[in-house]
Amino acid sequence: MADEELIREGRVWLLGDNVSTDLMMPGEVMRLGGEGYRQCFRANRPGWVDQVREGDLIVGGRNFGCGSSRPAHLNLLRNGICGIVAESLGRVFFRNAINGSLAVLTCPGVSKAFDEGDTARVNFSTGVVQNLTKGISLQGIAFPADSPPMEILRIGGLMRLIEKELAKKSGE
Amino acid sequence: MGMTLAEKILAAHSGRDAVKPGEFVWCNIDATSGGGLRGLERLGVERVWDSQRIYVTDDHLAPPTSISVANDMVETRRLVEKYGITHFYEYGRHGIQHQVFPEHGYVVPGDLIAMADSHSTTGGAFNAAVTCATGESLYIMTTGRLWFMVPESIKVELAGTLPPWCVGKDVVLKIAGTHGTEAGLYKSLEFSGPGVKQLSIGSRMTIANMGVELGAKFAIFPCDETTLSFLQGRTEREPRPVAPDPDAAYAEVIEVNLTGLEPQIACPHDPGNVHSVAEVVRQHVRIHQAFLGSCTNGRLEDLVMAAKILKGRKVHPKVRMIASPASMEQWRAADKLGVLQVLADADVMVAHPTCGPCYGGHLGIIGAGEVCISSTNRNFQGRMGSPESFVYLANPATVAAGAVAGEIVDPRELYNFEKDEMTWPTKN
Repeated sequence: MADEELIREGRVWLLGDNVSTDLMMPGEVMRLGGEGYRQCFRANRPGWVDQVREGDLIVGGRNFGCGSSRPAHLNLLRNGICGIVAESLGRVFFRNAINGSLAVLTCPGVSKAFDEGDTARVNFSTGVVQNLTKGISLQGIAFPADSPPMEILRIGGLMRLIEKELAKKSGE
Repeated sequence: MGMTLAEKILAAHSGRDAVKPGEFVWCNIDATSGGGLRGLERLGVERVWDSQRIYVTDDHLAPPTSISVANDMVETRRLVEKYGITHFYEYGRHGIQHQVFPEHGYVVPGDLIAMADSHSTTGGAFNAAVTCATGESLYIMTTGRLWFMVPESIKVELAGTLPPWCVGKDVVLKIAGTHGTEAGLYKSLEFSGPGVKQLSIGSRMTIANMGVELGAKFAIFPCDETTLSFLQGRTEREPRPVAPDPDAAYAEVIEVNLTGLEPQIACPHDPGNVHSVAEVVRQHVRIHQAFLGSCTNGRLEDLVMAAKILKGRKVHPKVRMIASPASMEQWRAADKLGVLQVLADADVMVAHPTCGPCYGGHLGIIGAGEVCISSTNRNFQGRMGSPESFVYLANPATVAAGAVAGEIVDPRELYNFEKDEMTWPTKN
């Protein structure tokens, strides 16, 4: 399992700089969790929820997912997003995404390397980001294979890690 | 090589002599907030890691705004009892967690705390490393541990003298405006310099609170008399003050000169879109709502600052103003001093502690085309309600002055902060 690379390939949405978790999950629907997913990006990209498809990827700008710690990654997952590559990621959103098993990668220069609708192939284990449409390749900042975030991504999220630790404890 | 505040705290909590930026460490945690109690039960956890060090309150939709929130609280109270959690703050004894928890001995210098809500960085005001771990409090409640990547540190050197019309809010907005909202991304902000001792505990909390608006993992102040005097009588736990080594390595040093600072305003739709009040006044921004409150600026000293503007005046006929003290302790202190009466006499709607208005949850959601001037922390598009509304962030005096004038004005036109003839004790 540890040797298996985490790779996602799909159509790209370009979302820009400072996309807050408020835009992904407005306060009004926050407590609905993933149930409010139809409100995702209603302020900055009205109609996006009708265009996005299962397996699409987001290429974000700087500070993608800034702001609130609400579980905004659920609204991206519910809309079919399978991975995110950004110039930089809000720290809290980054941790929430990893814990919720949504693969994320920091890759400086990525927002200039894609047009919306291009096809990306992202290796979250090695950090290699390819624009298959344009034939461009970039190197992102992947976490070491034995680091906690990679372990959590591989195991399928933080809940799986807790279950594993509880099983270990009851086995002792 | 010496260590920064964050490095020292992470080393001490991971059982190491030293840590370096970029390393991954598993740390013992000193406290957390009990979001996700239901998750514990689903996982079949019989006992929590430490029932004394898990604090619980409801702040976002307080008191319940719907049947489903009410039902969540029924469950919360049942689980608080089941797990023997001692620090639960029922409505009336409650507050926004970043305010009510420190009031009850949640954090002391030297602590490492990871808890729900992004504004957890507020706890850095108490010389502790406090950060957000919303989805992870469940893990902490089960194991008492959490992983961290050791952050690089940025030294924020506060020099000069803070003018009487400015508070911590203006300092942190100035930093956001000058250095951008990514300045502290993944990093630990470490405040130092002669400016620190001029800052009240409230102003330090405001700055640490909005450390997350600079992207930071931690926003840590040094420990001094102000810190220890706040903690007096609030906790039995021993403070373990931490100071950085003289040869600690910083990724960057940011210098902020407090002398001559003007009231600062963050314009829509970004906390980094900051201008001095004079620049905004020229645009004649009409406002519809003014909000005073939140974990950022809902303390007694904030209510007092607004009261100085509002005393003997009325909120503009085309404006409504809402005030929500950040905790019941702040509410009661403001009431005792007659501050709430001043606000009410000015036609301010004085409410209870809640996060509601700040994040567009309840109690003052704004509609399409509306403008709110707010003492809160974020003005992202749609933050306080309609995607077609606009939020300006400012200090409590600027909020109150806007409410009176009906447009954004310089609060110094309504009150002479240098003479400061209206005095209330503000120590809390």
